[in-house]
Amino acid sequence: MSTIDRPHSGGDDATPSRRKAFFLLSGNVFALGAVSLVTDISSEMMTAVLPVYLVVGLHLSPAAYGVVDGTYTGATALLRLIGGYVADLTRRRKFIAGLGYGLSAVAKLGMPAAGSAVGAIGAVIAVDRTGKGLRTAPRDALITLSTPPRLYGRAFGVHRTMDTIGAFVGPLVAIGILAATAQAYDAVFVASFCIAAFGVLILVLFVRDHRDEQPVNGAVSPRSLGGLIRLTPVRRLVAAACLAGLVTIGDGFVYLLLQQREHLSVSWFPLLAVGTNLSYLVLATPLGVLADKIGRLTVVLGGYTALVLVYLLLFGPFGGTALLVVVLALYGLFYAATDGVLMALAGPVLPKALRTTGIALIQTGQALSYLVSSVLFGLAWTLWGPANASRVAAALVAVAVVVIAVLLRGVQTAGTAEDVAEAAEEHA
Amino acid sequence: MNRRTVSALLGALVLAAIAIGYGVFTGTRAQPAVAYEALNISPGPRILFRSTAAESKGHVAMVSAVDPGAARAVSKLECLRVAAAAGSGICLRPDGPLATFQAAILDADLTVTREIPLVGVPNRTRLSGDGRLVAWTVFVAGDSYNNGRFSTRAGLVDLTTGDMIDSLEFLAVVVDGRPYTAADLNFWGITFAADDNTFYATMSTDGRRYLVRGDIAAKTVRTIAQNVECPSLSADGKRIAFKSAVDGDPAKGWRLSVLDLASGVRTPLAETRSVDDQPAWLDSNTIGYAVSRGGGDADIWAVPSDGSGSPRLLVPHAESPAALG
Repeated sequence: MSTIDRPHSGGDDATPSRRKAFFLLSGNVFALGAVSLVTDISSEMMTAVLPVYLVVGLHLSPAAYGVVDGTYTGATALLRLIGGYVADLTRRRKFIAGLGYGLSAVAKLGMPAAGSAVGAIGAVIAVDRTGKGLRTAPRDALITLSTPPRLYGRAFGVHRTMDTIGAFVGPLVAIGILAATAQAYDAVFVASFCIAAFGVLILVLFVRDHRDEQPVNGAVSPRSLGGLIRLTPVRRLVAAACLAGLVTIGDGFVYLLLQQREHLSVSWFPLLAVGTNLSYLVLATPLGVLADKIGRLTVVLGGYTALVLVYLLLFGPFGGTALLVVVLALYGLFYAATDGVLMALAGPVLPKALRTTGIALIQTGQALSYLVSSVLFGLAWTLWGPANASRVAAALVAVAVVVIAVLLRGVQTAGTAEDVAEAAEEHA
Repeated sequence: MNRRTVSALLGALVLAAIAIGYGVFTGTRAQPAVAYEALNISPGPRILFRSTAAESKGHVAMVSAVDPGAARAVSKLECLRVAAAAGSGICLRPDGPLATFQAAILDADLTVTREIPLVGVPNRTRLSGDGRLVAWTVFVAGDSYNNGRFSTRAGLVDLTTGDMIDSLEFLAVVVDGRPYTAADLNFWGITFAADDNTFYATMSTDGRRYLVRGDIAAKTVRTIAQNVECPSLSADGKRIAFKSAVDGDPAKGWRLSVLDLASGVRTPLAETRSVDDQPAWLDSNTIGYAVSRGGGDADIWAVPSDGSGSPRLLVPHAESPAALG
């Protein structure tokens, strides 16, 4: 709690000496990190319990799951864009983020209220995802607005590390509650709601909005939105994000391939994700710091190079436990070097007035193209078999590394220029 | 401490009080005591099931097949799903607080003789007619990497030899006569033939659900029909009771039918409600199945297997039926 209890250290106005005490970052970044940590505990509790609840508690069958799962992704992608635009328009990024966190919190109570009605359960899950769609872009925009551009990598690294800690704790809390209450799922839902509500409370109390730094009315309009897309660096960033999403085949496939390759017992499957998360957790902050030092583009490209290695190793000459450890470590490294760092790379390029919209645009582009890639990889697997499909994927990522390097080389220069401008602004 | 910290601490206290208070409240929903009995599941005119009645929820129980309305005998054993044949049984149950489960193999006195670990939430289970082969279906999910999507794994073990098929995904799959590989294969609802080698199950891929016939020795599964889920083979091996999605769309619910394997003729049963269960043959003319009441409660219903008659309530507050006779 001590890291977030710094009421006046948020924002760009924090003095360097105070920042030094906490990785040079403002209190606002830690406050947002704490909100994400707490919220992730809550959401991973749900993720851990939901299948048991739906099968054991409600007796849903596989096809009923398909119905529950639905196809909300498209809708939430659009909502994310709208949310980003409204956050910029009203200059109330904290409010929109809070709305997103709040919606997800309320959804936790909706689960026991929905009972066994499949449609209602689907609606509850849709609300939860809407909340997630709404909050991500304003939150990332607030991180950039609370941090000097030269520290973006570090800020996102610390944020993602805190986020992942929450993801580790969540399932453990759920297990504890189930053990203590003799498998009362509704107790898990209520506790999950309380923890999510606490996340909202931290947001309300400790996260500072950046409304007063916003430009005057009129800077955010449908016309300016068109202007945003016409900015060459923004177009290139969105293109690079889409390309990156398009060549990433998805965790499920990677774990499935590892399992088949090594003939792992099915009981190993959940542990593969844990291994990746552990690597991500450990590496996110150091790679963020490194990105600020040696260049964000370099680190992002390094991350995708690690991904090429992962795809090649899946059907390479090596095997055994060493292969598992190396692949999962590299896979976590890929996420640590790309997830937050891409946002850090985008931050300086996006004009302050439309930063949330811009971040939403990049994240949505990546998410939608990722969906397409899953379908395509499924097809490739069916046509060519898993070994060839994963090698083709590796080749595509290698090509993507080159294309992204060419696309974003100019973008990084532009970012540096704005760095200077923003630094001048700060000292004015 | 400043005001914000105080507010945060107060908020944390209130929220913790709500969460803990609710947790304690769930503990007070006390289960009325019930007298447990020692059950015997050797063949005879009885129906074994899982009780969903408030006072014995989760416990394995039994009624007479001749007078199913009479009082039930409740065992101490708790299961999520239960099945029995030829004096042996299987009980799918948790072996830890979350996500790990086991298939407990039972003898005629419901004593656990063997425990097989399962990863995933149990959903279906069956034994071969002689009790030698045991099958289960589990749901695997809860990992955020697949965005909370669910997949199923169905496995089986030969209790005599110990040979286990961890997941049917590892068998050679033939769709419409051609070898087939895909990443999205899901299997569920295994049922065994009398030869202890042939089995039937549901396989889904590419948005379609197939009835497959499997060969344990040859390690193959072949598709033989579409839109057939949760098959259940009759004792004579000639008919399969199953559920099928209305108009091929699971969102519209499921209809119970019986498929004649030789002719391919499908006979819809008189039950018109949506049934989301693996049907069970109570005798050669009767299909039993659970219909949910919501909230984890269900009733066992019975309907003639030839499409005639109408459904009748067999055992209230019960599910997972298995005829022992």
